[in-house]
Amino acid sequence: MSITREAGPAWAIELNKLTVYYNDKLAVRDVDLKIERQKITAFIGPSGCGKSTVLRSINRMNDLIPGARVTGRVMYSGKNLYDTDIDAVEVRRHIGMVFQKPNPFPKSIFDNVAYGPRLLGIRDGKTLKQIVEQSLRASFLWDEVKDDLKKSGLALSGGQQQRLCIARAIAVQPDVILMDEPCSALDPIATQAIEELMLELVRQYTIIIVTHNMQQAQRVADYTAFFNIRKEQETAGNERRWGLLAEHGATEQIFNAPKLEETERYISGEFG
Amino acid sequence: MSSRTLDLVSPGAQLRPRPMIRRLRPTETIMRAVLLACGVVSIATTIGIVLVLGLESLAFFREVPLTDFLFSTTWQPRLGQFGIWPLLSATLMTTTFALLVSVPLGLAAAIYLSEYAHPRTRATLKPVLELLAGIPTVVYGFFALTFMTPLLQAIFGPQVQVYNTFSAGLVMGIMILPTIASMSEDALNAVPRALREASYGLGATRFETIAKVVVPAAFSGLVAAFLIGMARAVGETMIVALAAGAGPNMTLNPFEPAQTITGYIASISGGDISYDSLDYQSIFALGLFLFLFTLVLNLVSQWISRRFREVYQ
Amino acid sequence: MSAAPETAGGVIHDEAAYKRGLRLRTWRGTAWQNFFLLAIVAGIAALIALGFTVVNDAFGYVIATYETPAAELAPNGDLNGLSNAELAQILTEHTPSRLAVYIRDYLYSGDPAEFAKLPMSQALPGATLLPGAENRTVRELNDEQQAAILGDNLSQPVLVTIVEDNVVGESIYQTFSLTESLVNRAGIEAELASAPEGATLSFRSWVSLDFLLSPPSANPATTGARVALLGSLWVTALTILIAFPIGVGAAIYLEEYAAPTRFNRFIEINIRNLAGVPSIVYGILGLAVFVRALATFTGGRSILSAALTMSLLILPVVIINAQEAIRAVPLSLREASYGVGATKWQTIWRVVLRSATPGILTGVILAISRAIGETAPLLLVGASTFIVSDPSGLLSKFTVLPIQIYNYTARPQQPWRDAAAAAILVLLLVLLLFNATAIIMRQRARRRLSA
Repeated sequence: MSITREAGPAWAIELNKLTVYYNDKLAVRDVDLKIERQKITAFIGPSGCGKSTVLRSINRMNDLIPGARVTGRVMYSGKNLYDTDIDAVEVRRHIGMVFQKPNPFPKSIFDNVAYGPRLLGIRDGKTLKQIVEQSLRASFLWDEVKDDLKKSGLALSGGQQQRLCIARAIAVQPDVILMDEPCSALDPIATQAIEELMLELVRQYTIIIVTHNMQQAQRVADYTAFFNIRKEQETAGNERRWGLLAEHGATEQIFNAPKLEETERYISGEFG
Repeated sequence: MSSRTLDLVSPGAQLRPRPMIRRLRPTETIMRAVLLACGVVSIATTIGIVLVLGLESLAFFREVPLTDFLFSTTWQPRLGQFGIWPLLSATLMTTTFALLVSVPLGLAAAIYLSEYAHPRTRATLKPVLELLAGIPTVVYGFFALTFMTPLLQAIFGPQVQVYNTFSAGLVMGIMILPTIASMSEDALNAVPRALREASYGLGATRFETIAKVVVPAAFSGLVAAFLIGMARAVGETMIVALAAGAGPNMTLNPFEPAQTITGYIASISGGDISYDSLDYQSIFALGLFLFLFTLVLNLVSQWISRRFREVYQ
Repeated sequence: MSAAPETAGGVIHDEAAYKRGLRLRTWRGTAWQNFFLLAIVAGIAALIALGFTVVNDAFGYVIATYETPAAELAPNGDLNGLSNAELAQILTEHTPSRLAVYIRDYLYSGDPAEFAKLPMSQALPGATLLPGAENRTVRELNDEQQAAILGDNLSQPVLVTIVEDNVVGESIYQTFSLTESLVNRAGIEAELASAPEGATLSFRSWVSLDFLLSPPSANPATTGARVALLGSLWVTALTILIAFPIGVGAAIYLEEYAAPTRFNRFIEINIRNLAGVPSIVYGILGLAVFVRALATFTGGRSILSAALTMSLLILPVVIINAQEAIRAVPLSLREASYGVGATKWQTIWRVVLRSATPGILTGVILAISRAIGETAPLLLVGASTFIVSDPSGLLSKFTVLPIQIYNYTARPQQPWRDAAAAAILVLLLVLLLFNATAIIMRQRARRRLSA
């Protein structure tokens, strides 16, 4: 069985009782969440609340961590991505990812962007050039690097590297792009460039972003999901903690009229 | 260290804190000197090697022109002919066979251990492979002669002679395998996780990630492993002394016996040799050659792996 | 229905092609994964084959002939139970004409041509001689006097070996590998039928207590590992005594004292390069310096020369490993010690070394294991000669197990190969014991630290 992309009114991604363990430790529990198509959804919450864990479960990056175990469902195009007949490799080609620290390959700019298309079997030089140019244009990097495509990706500045990583991600034409704190390693100017880029990209792609920066969530996100930590005293001095989804709604509503007191407290900076 | 003089006349002198005077601590000074001496032993060793090899080689090259040594193709000490090529070609042959075995297998084993194996599996497999590195080389010589050579004879027929460079080279490859595997594994492990994740995130399979991202990123570390393996093969003595053959032979046939540089040195020292003969001096010239050859390999390897470390800090 | 955004070429969104391609990519990945696993399997297979080859040769049936079966000489054929006098008596009865030869081969160490002309007191200085024998040459002594010299001056195991070689005269007619012995019994019986009359068939374990305790001999049936084993122990022990303090000292200097000056960096790089120098080059160095130039102190081809050479060989490895162990000691421990007013050396001695001990021991185990199995440099330093007497001190001549294995393996006859296999098993056992002891010591050091 494999994935065929579906359009229509259905949600881009639906999380259903998603629970993740690392070895025997519960990381995040019972997340139910619907992600709307061609919108930006932000995951916010204190450290350790499992927001990155949930993000990485969506394109099965957690498969790569020994001891990680996922229960529940991640629905995409009518399929549960954790069904045994779904190939994680195929999942990631539909649901791309941009990481916290820019991680260009130690290759040329061109080869970085062409990496994904080449995996898909595109060998033709003209097509590759076309894809690379379009991807770099779409990530607002083309004008800065067009004369220097042979230069190593590592030679770019931090912000440029992150835009290169975004270009690399969109070169395989994914449906959804996951961004795991994409600006946390960047300066304000580079951050602004990435934010503008996201607002442009969302016209074509569904974007989910994990961020520590609440202003950023307010600036870019249409929807915001607030994750929080639950604690339970097991025995004296031995505490069990796990994350869960506390509240989810339109960004406006979450920031201006949160339903829960804990959300309000987090947003107003009282803890976390 | 400066110290203020104390006013001994004033009445409160004894109550004041004593001045900070640096005390002489003889133990400290002596220990420092002793430890420095220990460090200097290594330099003395190097100087010793260079002096011994250099001086005796100089005596040798007064009798045998350097050009004959480097370019002539006959090694016949009895006839006064000392051309290194028959020995060197045998050394290069065994080294090549050893690398043909150990580089692909060592790299593959390293990839398996670093990229595929579950940590528990890795914890059992790695020490087993390392056992291979702990076996004395003379035992490998025995293995080459009593297992590998008969095996080759069974496969390739009677053209395989009892002593041959192929068997010695293959077994040497097994011996070097754990060295190459372990150095390659270190190089692969040094590739940041983020690069692997970037590749997986683009929908690459595990093998594609290894072949297109991890191995290229670790390439210089792998080259360093290759060079170290090569240096080990060139300097290895016991396997070739037992299994490769006991006479210089200018041949490229892997099934024929041929003596390597180290094999010749070992065979000469076994008998009672006169200390003033040209034969005796020749082992110093060969030793110098070996020393310089492996030194270059080691230096290049260290240089490469230092540069490699700088890339991923 | 496809939600393909309008982008470069529809190529990527040819789903059928993608799926076909993915199957191929997955298949290719699996094939390569199997190849990678195969490499590990090949390594393990080589290890098993190696172990098998050794064991296969070290045990198996043997067809042997005897001149005088041991059972006729001693009760139950147990020569080891006889006294020196009884053994000398056997030699006198069976080989009276060879007594003088035994004296020359086993007791005399000068020029063989001169032996018959020298009076006993000169030929065998320091030997116990019967009254009246001192001033006579060997030819002037009768059988009893010659036998008494043998009985009084040779150890019992050596006498047993002489009896075994010259009286019992076991001669191996044919040997069989362990697999042959297990599978092809009928073929072996057939070989026995065609062997000379009086030949016996017996299952032989080449490695045995007798092998362990006998000195080497010119007959593979009676040879033993005793002298080589003792030689290995002497050389190894002495190597530890020399290399351990110097190596750890150098490591302390480099880690704790050395400022990053040019000179210290040079020492550091120099050590890394020394670790890569082929062992035979150390042999050449040992030959030129310890055996020849310093012969007055080292006694030439002696245990001391061998141990000095080995020490230089393993020093770089000891230093590098000890450095790593010392570097792993956390800075906070050092600061705690300085904080209570300890001097640098006190801190190193009581804090740094104490907590680095397990790591240092691990490194030294590795280095010494290498020294135990090392052969090439000792070939040059001169361990290759045939020696029957136990090493007795730093300056005595010696041989070691790896050299003995080399000598036996280099001979073409199968019985020698079998003896080599037995010696290999002894060597591997020594390595195993050494590693086990060292690991226990390390464990103990670790426990003491955490206690």
